[in-house]
Amino acid sequence: MRGLIERLCTSYGPAGREEQVRAAIITEIVKLNESYTVDTLGNLVVHKSAAAGKKILVAAHMDEIGLMVTYIEENGFLRFTNLGGIPPGILWGLRVVFADGLVGVIGQEKIEGTRKPDLKQHYIDIGAADREEAQARVKIGDSAVYFAPVYQAGKRLSAKSLDNRIGCVVLLETLKRLGGLTLPVEVYFAFTVQEEVGLRGARTAAYRLKPDYGLAVDVTRVGDTPEPDFKTGVALGKGPAIKIMDSAVICHPGVTRLMQDVAEKKGIPFQPEVLERGGTDAGAIHLTREGVPSGALSIPCRYIHTPAEMVDLDDVENSIALLTELLKSTDW
Amino acid sequence: MLIKELSVIPGVSGDETRVRNYIREKVTALGLPSHTDSLGNLYVSKEGRRRGAPPELMLTAHMDEVGLMVSSIEKSGHLRFYKVGGVYEEALISKPVKIGTADILGVIGAKAIHLQKKEERKKALTIENLYIDIGAKDKEDAEKVVKVGDYVSFYSEASRYEDIIRGKAFDNRAGCAALLEILKRDYPCSFTVVFTVQEEVGIRGARVAAYRVNPRLALVIETTIAADTPEIKEHELSTSLGGGPAFTVKDDSVIVHPHLLDRLVQVAGEQKRPYQFRRFGGSFTDAGAIATAGGGVAAAVISTPCRYIHSPLSMLNLKDWHHLVEIVDGFIRSIDEKGLEI
Amino acid sequence: MHEFLEEISQKDGVSGYEKKVGEVIAEKFSPYIDETRADPLGNLIFYKKGQGKHSPRLMICAHMDEIGLIVTKVEEQGFLRFTSLGGFDARTLPGQEVTIYGRNILPGLIGFKLPHLLTEQEKNRGVKMEDLYLDTGLPAEVVQRLIPVGSVAAIKRNFMTLRHNSRAGKALDDRAGVVSLWQCAKELAKFKHEADLYLVATVQEEVGTRGAVVSTYGISPDVGIAVDVCHGDFPGALEQEVSSMAQGPVVTAGPNIHPAVGERLLQVAKDYHLPHQRDVSPGPTGTDARAIQISLEGIPTGLLSIPLRYMHTSVELVDLEDVKDTGLLLAYFTAGVDRTFVEGLACL
Repeated sequence: MRGLIERLCTSYGPAGREEQVRAAIITEIVKLNESYTVDTLGNLVVHKSAAAGKKILVAAHMDEIGLMVTYIEENGFLRFTNLGGIPPGILWGLRVVFADGLVGVIGQEKIEGTRKPDLKQHYIDIGAADREEAQARVKIGDSAVYFAPVYQAGKRLSAKSLDNRIGCVVLLETLKRLGGLTLPVEVYFAFTVQEEVGLRGARTAAYRLKPDYGLAVDVTRVGDTPEPDFKTGVALGKGPAIKIMDSAVICHPGVTRLMQDVAEKKGIPFQPEVLERGGTDAGAIHLTREGVPSGALSIPCRYIHTPAEMVDLDDVENSIALLTELLKSTDW
Repeated sequence: MLIKELSVIPGVSGDETRVRNYIREKVTALGLPSHTDSLGNLYVSKEGRRRGAPPELMLTAHMDEVGLMVSSIEKSGHLRFYKVGGVYEEALISKPVKIGTADILGVIGAKAIHLQKKEERKKALTIENLYIDIGAKDKEDAEKVVKVGDYVSFYSEASRYEDIIRGKAFDNRAGCAALLEILKRDYPCSFTVVFTVQEEVGIRGARVAAYRVNPRLALVIETTIAADTPEIKEHELSTSLGGGPAFTVKDDSVIVHPHLLDRLVQVAGEQKRPYQFRRFGGSFTDAGAIATAGGGVAAAVISTPCRYIHSPLSMLNLKDWHHLVEIVDGFIRSIDEKGLEI
Repeated sequence: MHEFLEEISQKDGVSGYEKKVGEVIAEKFSPYIDETRADPLGNLIFYKKGQGKHSPRLMICAHMDEIGLIVTKVEEQGFLRFTSLGGFDARTLPGQEVTIYGRNILPGLIGFKLPHLLTEQEKNRGVKMEDLYLDTGLPAEVVQRLIPVGSVAAIKRNFMTLRHNSRAGKALDDRAGVVSLWQCAKELAKFKHEADLYLVATVQEEVGTRGAVVSTYGISPDVGIAVDVCHGDFPGALEQEVSSMAQGPVVTAGPNIHPAVGERLLQVAKDYHLPHQRDVSPGPTGTDARAIQISLEGIPTGLLSIPLRYMHTSVELVDLEDVKDTGLLLAYFTAGVDRTFVEGLACL
């Protein structure tokens, strides 16, 4: 699994430019001898059919946050806008990488007084001497993502884009473990696009697939660090989080109960999650057509939206176990 | 339950009539003589089995509660108000109230959050931003049922879950209930119980009561702040709910006589009951007025801890109250058996 | 009407957890309608068949959810941190009694720091949500056992009868609207109407008009009307921000509203001599109308509002006559919706 995580987390795939990461996931799907489809927006779907049973859409987004070039200055510096929630406070001195492997460094203008830095006061330096040299390497609309290696210490693993490549890993591993089993439910595993810019891929995927139930697999914030920003009891290493609500969805109580029941029955540790800010694909799925009862399984993650997101590998393992058991459940 | 029944009666400082009538009824039913003075304090003489010796001990609890008073009636029929006593303004918004002797119902309103500008949202809503709405059409309509000067009490029901009760005015109806409980019991010695008025507006009733009774010893039964809530430092929490009744060492009005304090602690120890010391040295109690009345009185205070005191909805633990009653009971017997040198 | 409003005001149904209040509502509507169904998100759809052969479909929505609280963290001492489901003014919460839906149903109150322990700065800025917590008074181990993270809590407040027809209580936003829908269904027993009528008690309005999004998709109406509350007058209010109490339902105009639907509502009120008021809204309204209008191929939408004071507090105040008149206006409007009217709506 470590190899899989590494392959996905080092893939390039900002929102709207998911081609490379999708190709990486397709490679894994092919290894599992599964077939797949790709829809208009770029969502990648693996369909596990069943003779009868409810249709469940399991969604993990494959896009990551990124920066998109908006202007190239005369002296060769690139101005940019955000794709998703880039925290401006951490940018200075970070390195970012473009689709073709070009690496740039983020610089910052002088910040007056104690004012918080603004995205507009940053630029990317790709080492170009002037506009012409820069234009030879990038054009307006090109996107970059954080440039960061994967690092593991004990059970804890840190990387860029664990949000939400780790969710993709959970789906792929689950797919592998379910193998040739005949399931009591029909499952669509969807690797969605453009979640970071507003749950856009999941919206069209759910409309197209008409599921009876929706389940998002994504990361969630934790409150187990010094003076955390979030009043949440979710902690790293205490098992997958079963979402009760976030700003985009109030999970269907029936789905939440089923998830908790399965976890309890199978002895899988879990934590209830109420997330005050942030949303996942479940937010889009549950409002599709006449409404889709939806839930979400979350992998606790520290330092979300930085180049050094951190998860606990036991949590990942337990998330896979929970999803696998959930899809084998006959209680949907 | 006595505390619950007492707590729902409106009785803002200066308007204690209904509380007094309720207590007097209970006292009369016990066959005890009582009388009042011109301020409205209610005196009950408890005659002991051993007759003759003049009572030297006085027990008091104040009947009044904090509340509001109508200060003006707006053209629109909304009522503006003053605070009576140390009401916690933060807890007033969106609470129901009863106005005047006819108990006209109203609610405390403020500008809805949707209509507030960004700057307004960042400020505390103080009493100038609030008003009472009784659903009147206009000023004329409102004046048919309320007038400036009407007392306003919180309209909160009392409810119980296991040992926890919630309601208004536990400060100090819990104290009144404790003394009613004591009055039911049989003692060898005589003593005087006073249900006082106007404690919340400057410990006024107790002053004249102490002058009139002229006791040697006084024990004030009170209800005190429990701030054992998140983010409060240990030394600031004053008392904890469920930690047993609290003894006062000092507050802003009194330094408790050490001999009395020692005896209370001794009684609690002998009875193996939990107790605590109030860790907040501020605020006023009847003990202050009593201690300095006439030629001086040795006074002490024992309190039931209560969270969110002086707000429309407070909370106390009945176990604390039961322990308090038994310690007071033991204290009376101890004074009778062993005396107490001051 | 008083009894129905009292009953559902005192029932709990915070956004996402509307089942309990929904059961009462469904029972009350059933004598006046032909069919009830619940959709996957829990919207209650009350169907009343029209007389026509090619009946147009009319949907009228009022949301049955109320704002509430949800536990985010259980502190070591047994106090519960929470966030809101829908928008509260934190400053209205200290000392508020609540009902907590944990493994058991437990009473509690919203605790706060006592003023003598506040710093000067904290005093001036007013109470913030993060300063508050739920307090049950119970021992920590009991709380930890009975109230897991994710438990919801509802505001507790007994319904109050104030002067004349004024009534105060919690969740009158928008249970008063639900009652007006019921009034409409009752009144329609006296009328023939061509339109197939779908009265919907929607869910999750307070967290982003989510119920209306899916109910509109499911019903696919030709015309949609949202019934909600608007701000009633109070001292110091800007006239343009408030409507008068006891002066009838408020008909809104603006980009969120189909002009012909708004006009028809006003005309019907005039024809039947019902008191009514006008209001304008320069963009999407903060009601179900916001979602209805942009569903499917676009739905001609109207908005009727009941004036209400102290919105999003536990003492929301309405006038029963306004609720009743809203119901009557809805009924008379429904009676006039026919194929011709609906077809005209597309010709702008």
